[in-house]
Amino acid sequence: MEPFDVERIRADFPILRLKVWGKPLVYLDNAASSQMPQPVIDRLARYQTTQHANINRAVHYLSETATSEYEEARRKLQRFISAREEREVIFTSGTTDGINLVMHGYGRKLIGAGDEIILTTLEHHSNIVPWQMLAEEKGAKIRVVPINDAGELLIGEYEKLFNERTKFVGVMHVSNALGTINPVKHMIAFAHAHGVPVLVDGAQAAPHMMIDVQDLDCDFYAFSGHKLCGPTGIGILYGKAALLETMQPFKGGGDMILSVTFEKTTYNTIPHKFEAGTPPIAAAIGLGAAVDYLSAIGMDAIAAHELDLLNYATEQVNRMPGVRIIGTAGNKAAVLSFTVDGVHPHDVGTLLNQEGVAVRTGHHCAQPVMQRFRVPATSRASFAFYNTLAEVDALIAGIRTMQKVFA
Amino acid sequence: MVDYKALYQEVILDHNKKPRNYGTLAHASHHAVGHNPLCGDHISVALNLDGECIDCIAFQGESCAICKASASMMTATIKGKSRADAEILIQEFLAMATGKLDLDSPNHIGRLAVFAGVCDLPTRVKCAILPWHTLHAAFNSVASTSTEAEDDPIYTPIGNA
Repeated sequence: MEPFDVERIRADFPILRLKVWGKPLVYLDNAASSQMPQPVIDRLARYQTTQHANINRAVHYLSETATSEYEEARRKLQRFISAREEREVIFTSGTTDGINLVMHGYGRKLIGAGDEIILTTLEHHSNIVPWQMLAEEKGAKIRVVPINDAGELLIGEYEKLFNERTKFVGVMHVSNALGTINPVKHMIAFAHAHGVPVLVDGAQAAPHMMIDVQDLDCDFYAFSGHKLCGPTGIGILYGKAALLETMQPFKGGGDMILSVTFEKTTYNTIPHKFEAGTPPIAAAIGLGAAVDYLSAIGMDAIAAHELDLLNYATEQVNRMPGVRIIGTAGNKAAVLSFTVDGVHPHDVGTLLNQEGVAVRTGHHCAQPVMQRFRVPATSRASFAFYNTLAEVDALIAGIRTMQKVFA
Repeated sequence: MVDYKALYQEVILDHNKKPRNYGTLAHASHHAVGHNPLCGDHISVALNLDGECIDCIAFQGESCAICKASASMMTATIKGKSRADAEILIQEFLAMATGKLDLDSPNHIGRLAVFAGVCDLPTRVKCAILPWHTLHAAFNSVASTSTEAEDDPIYTPIGNA
């Protein structure tokens, strides 16, 4: 393998050449959305220019081409996560859509009154709210795994939550707010020992590490395309074929049926049963190109470079008086959530922006995490493989400048 | 292009650091709490009306510098004024923050003009106007208000939001 050449990688991302307020853009909001490399942009253009038609319908050339490219993208995603079969990969509009699909397709059929669903304090609202809706509808109960002061799940407490009413576990692989990498493989094995299926929210994990759903043995795994260099409006839900077969469809419509009469509709086979209507074909093909791009660099090389960035940034910030890192788990992805004494995160965001540095400020759609750390919000720098140590320096310099302004 | 630094002027930083009328009132005739659900900020405004005159006012809360300075300068400005004058100022401030006020025509904005630059920062407009929304809610004895509430009595479309 060639050595990791961040400058050569950066050359693939036209948006990184932008200047903001006359300064080079330092894009550190990758946990919200990553940027798109030229090969993916080109793939989208080629599809729209030479391959577009609706899929699974007509017998003409373009429809057949679009259908085969769409299904090829599915196989690329299958390989990317090491799924056993391509029909285990359902195209969704994103992680939220995937979780809602599981809630409707699995939860509404198989979770009932008095049943318990285990979630964690770290969850993004997208893996809380659908289950609350289900719990309210069915009279089920949500149990929450607590975290320690470092932002790590208390696995002993998780294990104690299991009882005969436990019917489902939803857990995020990597915390978007803190960066904690959760021990999902162990959690899945423990749940399975109790006959309980597990959904993993992989939105923050899939862009940063090798995902092997067979090794994890998760029942469901959801992530979004736009966080791994793909387009918005596309994501996948992986589900074990046997489970997907038993589930009811989430959305009804075209493509998800085999036959329709007003007396009876026969649903299509998986994955089509869950892909009602015309899907975002271009976005799916773009996502296929994105995982090709990432795989060519290598997920292990990406993870290693990002860890270098995180370690360097953590070291720098730890030396700054008045700056506190929120989330200090031993095993972390490249997310640095922090607070600056005397400066509200909103002001941090505006002042860093003025230096060309893009960070996210707010509650990161994880209000229970904010409540746990007793902060209304944090500022979050989240790194991608195309970020550099010099960009970490720009972040640190921006924080210093702001401390002077607010002194 | 707006100069962001213009927003963090000395006067705003000063009011953020040493907010005026910060705290609670023992005897308030009107009170309201305002929330900005986008960032979790919240402030409460309490005031006492003596007839039509605002004889005392205080605010408290958790917010960014823009919001806190806006609340501080708001309380300092309207203390001692009539309710009617305060209502006019609320409307003028909201208009200014959303870029709809002609600062060259007669108005009562005065030194509150330091917030004029916020209209170019759609995501920060809500920070500046939250105290004013809350003051309006207090006058109308609306128990709580929100920058996101569509039924807010003075809901104004903000920027591109």
